[in-house]
Amino acid sequence: MSSDHDHHHHHDHDHSELSETELRVRALETVLTEKGYVEPAALDAIIQAYETKIGPHNGARVVAKAWTDPDFKKALLEDGSKAIGTLGHVSRVGDHLVVVENTPERHNMVVCTLCSCYPWEMLGLPPVWYKASPYRSRAVKDPRGVLADFGLTLPKDIEIRVWDSTAETRFLVLPMRPAGTGGWSEEQLADLVTRDSMIGTGFPRTPGAPS
Amino acid sequence: MNGVHDMGGMDGFGKVEPEANEPVFHEEWESRVLAMVRAMGAAGAYNIDTSRFYRETLPPHVYLSSSYYKKWFLGLEEMLIEKGYLTRQEVAAGHAMTPGKALKHGKFDLANVERIMVRGKFGRPAPAAAKFNIGDRVRAKNMHPATHTRLPRYVRGHVGVVELNHGCHVFPDTAAMELGENPQWLYTVVFEGRDLWGADGDPTLKVSIDAFEPYLDPA
Repeated sequence: MSSDHDHHHHHDHDHSELSETELRVRALETVLTEKGYVEPAALDAIIQAYETKIGPHNGARVVAKAWTDPDFKKALLEDGSKAIGTLGHVSRVGDHLVVVENTPERHNMVVCTLCSCYPWEMLGLPPVWYKASPYRSRAVKDPRGVLADFGLTLPKDIEIRVWDSTAETRFLVLPMRPAGTGGWSEEQLADLVTRDSMIGTGFPRTPGAPS
Repeated sequence: MNGVHDMGGMDGFGKVEPEANEPVFHEEWESRVLAMVRAMGAAGAYNIDTSRFYRETLPPHVYLSSSYYKKWFLGLEEMLIEKGYLTRQEVAAGHAMTPGKALKHGKFDLANVERIMVRGKFGRPAPAAAKFNIGDRVRAKNMHPATHTRLPRYVRGHVGVVELNHGCHVFPDTAAMELGENPQWLYTVVFEGRDLWGADGDPTLKVSIDAFEPYLDPA
């Protein structure tokens, strides 16, 4: 792949590189549009959905429901896609979503070492760190070191199970319900569920902590 | 292929750096790239395995020094050129020079947006009975295809236990090369951390992959 111009702007290298990418992306979109392959408004709609509709709030609702409804939790752990399909507006989930439960004996963590597979429908688009080399390389070998980067320490004898998403299955961690939340509603509980707690690189917020 | 994308267990990439209040996209062009990749895939220009293979075949120095969506962009552009959907001249000029070629599922317009908000279906009817049962010990093959595979290097040659059976799925190794869906049984196989990383490995660690049947031998 050849670059259109190879000269460098010494004081503004990053900026010029970015601008070149922007120009190339625009050129590609123009060609795709002119050739009749895509409608730009349809691209806008995709972007809008990921920016506004699809995010960790979907997964948080599922987790909060599992914390309050034992039958739902059982169904969720047996067949995540099917159980989530029974819930109103978060029902749009693909096949083969596997929900894995954290317990006092076992902590689950999800990674995709080969690319960036992630349960988009439940969590939205993955954060940069999830897609970047440090996490992808270390999660399967040194998960406790990775958790330390997030400021997390686990008991030294707890089992750590890392799920490498190497196929079209997707994994969602069901974190443990925080203590001190007896009698809380699903809505209140959902506010405690963080994105990272559903990847396994964080814990839910505890009652009273700032959100 | 044994590319740099197959990162499990590599050292030296440094700390994980979470970003507080991270935006969905850091630059507007990233969102256009994401949308184009999704749209052209949904229109039938390529399947997800082929698009992964094009990112993996970026030269290692390009792969490692490009941001995530830059890799998506570079893979997309090259794939569309090689599959004949556009030409290098058109990309360089920033304009179409000939009409587009037919897409399997037609132009991607607004009416198609809703259907791509749910992941595609990869489960397929079983062409044969499963070879392995839950609880079976299996060895990940020592195989090194130069083409696309989803068997990471860090498990090859190691013995694990079948934990889940996900049914038959599209086989990425052939789908990526446009050699057919060739459905295969898919299993979650779990390995002991110390079997993978040696005696110095974390004794509390277990790692699983989802492995297609052709990746596995009985052990």
